[in-house]
Amino acid sequence: MKWTRKDLLGLEYLSKEELEFILATADSFKEVSTREIKKVPALRGKTVVNLFYEPSTRTRVSFEVAAKRLSADVINIAAETSSVKKGETLIDTGKNIQALKADIIVLRNSFSGSPFLLSRHVDISVINAGDGWHEHPTQALLDIFTLKEKFGRIEGLNVSIVGDIAHSRVARSNIWGLTKLGAKVTVCAPPMLIPYAIEEMGVRITHDIDEALYEADAVNVLRMQFERDQQNAFPEHIDYFRQYGITRERLDKAKNKNLIVMHPGPINRGIELASEVADCPQSVILEQVTNGIAVRMAVLFLVSQSENSQ
Amino acid sequence: MKEKTKILDKESINRILNRMAHEILEKNKGTGELCIIGIRTHGAFLASRMGTRIKLIENKEVPVGILDITLYRDDLTLISSQPVVHKTEIDFDITGKHVILVDDVLYTGRTVRAALDALVDFGRPTTIQLAVLIDRGHRELPIRPDYVGKNIPTAQQETIEVRMEESEGIDEVVIIEKSHLPS
Amino acid sequence: MKILIKNCRVIDPAHTIDGIRDIFIDKKKIVRIAEHLSLSADRVIEGAGKIAIPGLVDMHVHLREPGREDKETIASGTAAALKGGVTSILVMPNTNPAIDSPQSIRLLKNIIKNTACSHVYISGAITKMRAGESLTDIPRMVREGVIAITDDGASVDNPVLFSKAMKVAGRMNIPVICHCEDKKMSGGGVMNLSFTSTRLGLRGISRESEYTRVERDIKLAEKSGCRIHIAHVSCSESVDIIAQAKKRKIRITAETAPHYFSLDEEFVSEYDANKKMNPPLREKHDVRAIRQGIKDGIIDVIASDHAPHTENEKSVEFDRAEFGVIGLETELSVAITYLVSPGIIGWAELVSLLTYNPSKILGIDKGSLGVGKEADIVILDPDKEWTVNKETFISKSKNSAFLGQKLKGSVNYTIRGGEIVYANGT
Repeated sequence: MKWTRKDLLGLEYLSKEELEFILATADSFKEVSTREIKKVPALRGKTVVNLFYEPSTRTRVSFEVAAKRLSADVINIAAETSSVKKGETLIDTGKNIQALKADIIVLRNSFSGSPFLLSRHVDISVINAGDGWHEHPTQALLDIFTLKEKFGRIEGLNVSIVGDIAHSRVARSNIWGLTKLGAKVTVCAPPMLIPYAIEEMGVRITHDIDEALYEADAVNVLRMQFERDQQNAFPEHIDYFRQYGITRERLDKAKNKNLIVMHPGPINRGIELASEVADCPQSVILEQVTNGIAVRMAVLFLVSQSENSQ
Repeated sequence: MKEKTKILDKESINRILNRMAHEILEKNKGTGELCIIGIRTHGAFLASRMGTRIKLIENKEVPVGILDITLYRDDLTLISSQPVVHKTEIDFDITGKHVILVDDVLYTGRTVRAALDALVDFGRPTTIQLAVLIDRGHRELPIRPDYVGKNIPTAQQETIEVRMEESEGIDEVVIIEKSHLPS
Repeated sequence: MKILIKNCRVIDPAHTIDGIRDIFIDKKKIVRIAEHLSLSADRVIEGAGKIAIPGLVDMHVHLREPGREDKETIASGTAAALKGGVTSILVMPNTNPAIDSPQSIRLLKNIIKNTACSHVYISGAITKMRAGESLTDIPRMVREGVIAITDDGASVDNPVLFSKAMKVAGRMNIPVICHCEDKKMSGGGVMNLSFTSTRLGLRGISRESEYTRVERDIKLAEKSGCRIHIAHVSCSESVDIIAQAKKRKIRITAETAPHYFSLDEEFVSEYDANKKMNPPLREKHDVRAIRQGIKDGIIDVIASDHAPHTENEKSVEFDRAEFGVIGLETELSVAITYLVSPGIIGWAELVSLLTYNPSKILGIDKGSLGVGKEADIVILDPDKEWTVNKETFISKSKNSAFLGQKLKGSVNYTIRGGEIVYANGT
C-alpha cells in the first residue's frame, strides 16, 4: 500500500490497512537499533523539531533517538505555556518553525486538538505526540506493536486498559487502534474516571479489576495523575491501589497465566502497579520503550515520504 | 505491441549460477571467511541459491544474509512509487569476511552504492565483491562487478526484467521496451 | 425621498398579507401597499421574483461597544446588520462597562445616536456588573430607555435575587431574558457533553446545565407573574419544558439561534473554534427537536446571538478560544436554507420568527408593514445562492460558524426609515 498522509494526528483517523502498514514498517526498523552502528541515512538532511509544551522526557527522548537513528537533525523546543502566560501563539510558532525549513514537527500539547490547529496552518508534517485527553498515537502504536510481537496477532486478543480512562489520551488511541485491528478491549476504572459514553468506542466497561484481568491476554496500566483534574473528585492514592492496583495476587487469579503487563510510563510504583509486578517476567514495560524507537522511526519515515507521493 | 525478448530461461540461469559459484570459490580459494549477502528482493533469492550451490560443491555452509537498501537510497525523493521498507537480515558479523554482494541487474550502480554504505555500517569486511546476474551497462558511478552472469548491452529506453520462481513463479530474464511499459 | 417597490411578493404576517403588491414609501413611512400602484417616485425598485418583508428584528446581539471596540462597534455591527436585513437590534448589556446604570445607558445611547446605522434598542443588566450579587435599579434603567433586562452570558444563580428582579420587571412590564445555564454543572466545558466530547477529549457542557435552569426560571416566573423569554434554546429537553409551560399559560417566550437548527456537535470534530459557542452545538436529535419546536410555535424567535471575536481570539487551541459566533449577516439565509427550503416552515412563519414575534415581545412598533408605519423593509432574492467567506463580512469579526457553506437567499435592499441603507448590486 501507499502511505499518503503528511500528518499523524490520531489513530481514529487511520484505516486498518494503514495501521498494519505502520506496524510492518516498524518491524523492519527494529533491526536498525540492534546494529553496531545504529543509524541509517534515510532522513539525512531533514530536520525534525520536537515542539513540547508539556514536560515529557520519555516521549521526547524516544522521538529524538528515532529521528537521529534516521540521520535527521533534531531540534528540541520546550515551550512554556499556561493560560495566564500569553506567549507566542501555536500558529505563529509553527510558522516560524516552517520558515526555518524544518520538515517535521512533533507536537506535545496539553490542549486536545492542537495538532489539528497546527496542521491547518503549516505545510510541513505534524506528528501528534500527545494532545490533552485526545490522542497519543505513537504510544498506542508501540503498545500494539509490543502486543503483536508477544502474541503474533491482535485479532481476537483481550486487552484491558486500567486507570484514569477519562483523562487519558493513551487509552483513547489504544482503543481506536486495538478495536480496528480486531482486539476486544475492556476499560476498567472507578466510575468517576470513565468518560461519558465511552462504550460507543466499542469497549466493555467494568469497575471490577479482577473481572478486567480474568479474561485478559494483556493489561495496559495507565499512569494515575491525581493532580491533573481539579474539578472531578479523585480517589485517595491508597484507596486506588487497594481497589485497582495491579498486584501479584490479582495476576495469579487471571485465566491466562502468561498475561502480559504494559505501562506507558513513568510508573507510580505502589499506586497503579505493585513494584514486584513492574519487575516480573510478565512485564514488558522496557520492551515497550525499545519498540517505541522502531515505531517512531517508522512514523517519521512514512510522513517524510508522503510528500513525494503527492 | 508488447515487444518482449527472452534473454535467459530457467536452464541458462542455472548454468550461469553454477559457473559463478565456481568462479567465486576459485577466486576466494574455498569457503573460508566467505559470506553471501543479497540485495532485496531478487538479489536475496540469488544469494540463497548461490549459498545452496556452494554447499553442494564444497559441502560447507556459507552464511547468507539479506540487505534492504531502501533507507540508503539516494533517490528517495525522486522515485514516484513509494518504497516499502523491509527487514535487513544479517545475523552474522561481517568484519574480516569476504562479502559476496549479490544483485540481479547492475545498471547505474546506485543500488550497489547504497548497499556498500549499508554494509560498512554493519562492520569492516576484508573485501566486498560484487556478483550480478545481468550487467546492462549505463553506469553513473565508478562501480564494476567481479562476477557477471551475462552482459546484455541495452538502450536506455529498454528495461530488463528478472523473474524468479520465488516471487514471479518462473525463472526468466526478458527485455522490455520502456515505451510499452505502463507508466 | 419617494420609493416605489413594484411587483414584489410582500409577506407581512401581522396583516396576513402574502401576495404580489407594490409598496409606496414617502417621508420615511409606508404610504400605500396595493396592487399596481402608479405613483411617481424618486426611486423605483423592480421587485419581480423578489420578496419584501419587514426589516428583521434581532433581539440577541452583542455589539461589544463600549469596551471591546476591536471586536465590534455600534457602527460596524449595525452596518453588518443592514447587510443581513436586520433593521432593529436589541443589544446585550455585557459590555465594559456593563449596561447596569443610568450612566452607562446614557453613554451607550450617545454612541448609538452618533454612530448607529440601524435602530438599536438597549437591554439592561439584572445585577450590578452582571455579577449576580446585587440588583440594578431596574425602574431607573427603564426610564432611561431599557426595554428588557438580562444578565446574558450568565444566569442569576441566586433564586431570591432573581425573583425580586422578576417582580420589578413585571411591574415595569418589560420582559426578563433568561440565559439558562447552571455554571456549576457546565463549568470548564467547551462543547456538548456526549460521546463526541469523549472522543475529542474535550470537557463537556451537559444538557442538564441548560434545561434544569429553564425549569427553575419558569418556576420563578410563574410565581412572580412577569414575562420571561428564554434565550438561545439549544436542546430538546428545553423545548419540551417550554412547551409544557406554554400549555400552563405561563407568560413565556423562547428563542433559538440559527446554528442550533442547522449544525450539530459533529461540526466540532476538527476543533474549529468557529464552532465553539455557549450553549454548545448539541446532538442531531436536538437539531431535529429545535426545528420541530420552531414548526410547532414553541420557539417564537430566531435571533443571531451575534458574538464577534477577533481572529486572534479564535485562531487558538479549542479550549482557549472564546465562545460565540457572529450571525447578523447570515441568519436570514441560514433560516431560509435550513427551515424554508426543506419545507419545515413557510415564509409567513419565518417572517414572524424574525420580525413580528420579537417586536411583540419587546413591545416595539416593528415587524410589520402597516400603512403609516416607519418603512423598515427588506427585499430579498429567495433563490440566490452564495458561499460564506471571510471577505463577505462587514462585521469587524469573521468568526462565523458557516464559513465555506453555501446558503440560499440573499438580501438585495435594506430600507430603514424610508431610506435605502443597503443595496446589493443586482
